[in-house]
Amino acid sequence: MTLRSMMFALCALVLGAGALPGAARAEIEIDINQGVVQPLPIAIPAFSGVSRGSDIAQVISANLERSGLFAPIDPGAFPERGLDIAVQPNFEAWKVINAQVLVNGAVAVESDGRLRVDFRLWDTFGGQQLLGLQFTSTPENWRRVAHKISDAVYQQLTGESGYFDTRVVFIAESGARGKRVKRLSIMDQDGANNSYLTDGSYIVMTPRFSANSQEITYMALRPTGSSVYLYNIETSRQETLGKFPGMVFAPRFSPDGGRVVFSVERGGNSDLYVMDLRNRAQTRLTSDPGIDTSGSFSPNGGQIVFNSDRAGSPQLYVMNSDGSGVRRISAGGGRYTTPVWSPRGDFIAFTKQAGGVFHIGVMRPDGSDERILTTSYLDEGPTWAPNGRVLMFFREGRGGEPRLWNVDITGRILRPAPYQGSGSDPAWSPLLN
Amino acid sequence: MRFDAQRTVKLALIAAAALSLAACASTKPATPPQPGPAGPAPSGGGSYIPPAGPGPIDSRPIPGTTQDFIINIGDFVYFDLDQYVVRADAAPVLDAQSAWLRRWANVRIRIEGNCDERGTREYNLALGSRRANAVREYLIARGVAPSRITTLSNGKERPIDAGTSEEAYQRNRNGQTVIVDGAR
Repeated sequence: MTLRSMMFALCALVLGAGALPGAARAEIEIDINQGVVQPLPIAIPAFSGVSRGSDIAQVISANLERSGLFAPIDPGAFPERGLDIAVQPNFEAWKVINAQVLVNGAVAVESDGRLRVDFRLWDTFGGQQLLGLQFTSTPENWRRVAHKISDAVYQQLTGESGYFDTRVVFIAESGARGKRVKRLSIMDQDGANNSYLTDGSYIVMTPRFSANSQEITYMALRPTGSSVYLYNIETSRQETLGKFPGMVFAPRFSPDGGRVVFSVERGGNSDLYVMDLRNRAQTRLTSDPGIDTSGSFSPNGGQIVFNSDRAGSPQLYVMNSDGSGVRRISAGGGRYTTPVWSPRGDFIAFTKQAGGVFHIGVMRPDGSDERILTTSYLDEGPTWAPNGRVLMFFREGRGGEPRLWNVDITGRILRPAPYQGSGSDPAWSPLLN
Repeated sequence: MRFDAQRTVKLALIAAAALSLAACASTKPATPPQPGPAGPAPSGGGSYIPPAGPGPIDSRPIPGTTQDFIINIGDFVYFDLDQYVVRADAAPVLDAQSAWLRRWANVRIRIEGNCDERGTREYNLALGSRRANAVREYLIARGVAPSRITTLSNGKERPIDAGTSEEAYQRNRNGQTVIVDGAR
């Protein structure tokens, strides 16, 4: 499937007069900021209709299960089959198997060939409908429809926006340690539709999404030097950020996609620069003799968090996006690198190295409330899901190969990401349109 | 793949260089290879019988070649954890590199800075740049023209030792002087 064909209008409309979103949120609400000890039992029977009904239900079920917040019930235990979306389910029967919420739906093909998917979310104990939505799209976009439904269910039940209709760009790795082949790669957040964007003939690393999710920036390393590229994944058009006298690396878009912050090395010293992509004007942001790298904008674009060893060891600093007002925010012992500002603005994720191990952690933008979420031989490079409540990073065991992992901001839900191969440097897209 | 094949050759040469260094370390002053004793002169008049040559046949890289540089000079110097100052044990190697480069004045080099895997990717790219530049400045101070030297950081992307021991990490914290062109 071409990326262009994925560009389509997903139409959604609320069904039913009594289905005010959030009407029953007080009764069933998962507080994801506390983490959950007990995932919410949920029943997701195969959607009825012409095609893809069971596939769609399975994608929704897998998404919600992987979040760690939901416990999909084994379909073998379901008390009703072939549910009619127009008819209220038998709540008493679903309560018997402790299905606190029930998702049912129907798939139809419209006269123009488009796929129409209706679904309803039911609170079985409250005996009411929580949500009723209808999506239409081309038939090949059935997975995205399933992700949209997953997002709607997640948002309805947690009060936080979802992150399932998203993609991840990352580095697919193969080959032996020490001579890995690295390919720029993209996939849906659930591991589906994986494809390579570079051929592995040169090293690539640190891809990052633009806010419009059609453009990525990444770094390539060849014996002849380094390059930062801007790559449009819809048109496959690629251009370099420009020619630089030394190493150029660590690019990242501003939240509006109009600027890129990156590092340039000259005479062994790395400093942060920002480029306005409209006129290609460069501004140098730091001029300290220490290493300054890994810049990441705040959501409003007004500040940049970055990594510097100007005080001796790598630590995290925040400055205004014009380079003024630099202040250190990391205070604990250890080495802090790879800061990434949450799209919600409330946390900064980082890699921390201390006591011979690596951690993924988060802290407030002022450096307070540091939380260590993971520990291993090598955990590195967190990226935020667009809801700012889930992170992806990569983990490499001693002598092993890197794998993609997910963790929530409480640190309680830690799982391998749904990608079977070896991968590193993940970057999560914004929610797709 | 072409690049990997080159790399394999390079690693074989590195291994050879390491062996030769080890051999040098055990013999105090590196004595030049001695020719075998001369055989008896053939007596006039009789048929010539080639002597069963008692001496070894020496082989060594042609001076001024990349092999000469790697085996007889050494293309790697090593750095301490998180550091980029040129260590005392690296100075004789870099002194020899600069002397060789002054003699073979058409050679152009690329200095690649490398880091162990116990750091994060972007920071290590910056650290590798510092190491490459430290080597570059040392060679310039010893009379090598700056225009002959470029630098590159591989960060932690190109370890020469895939192991996970302290010794492997140490080997991977290095600056490598790569001959780009101009060698004989």
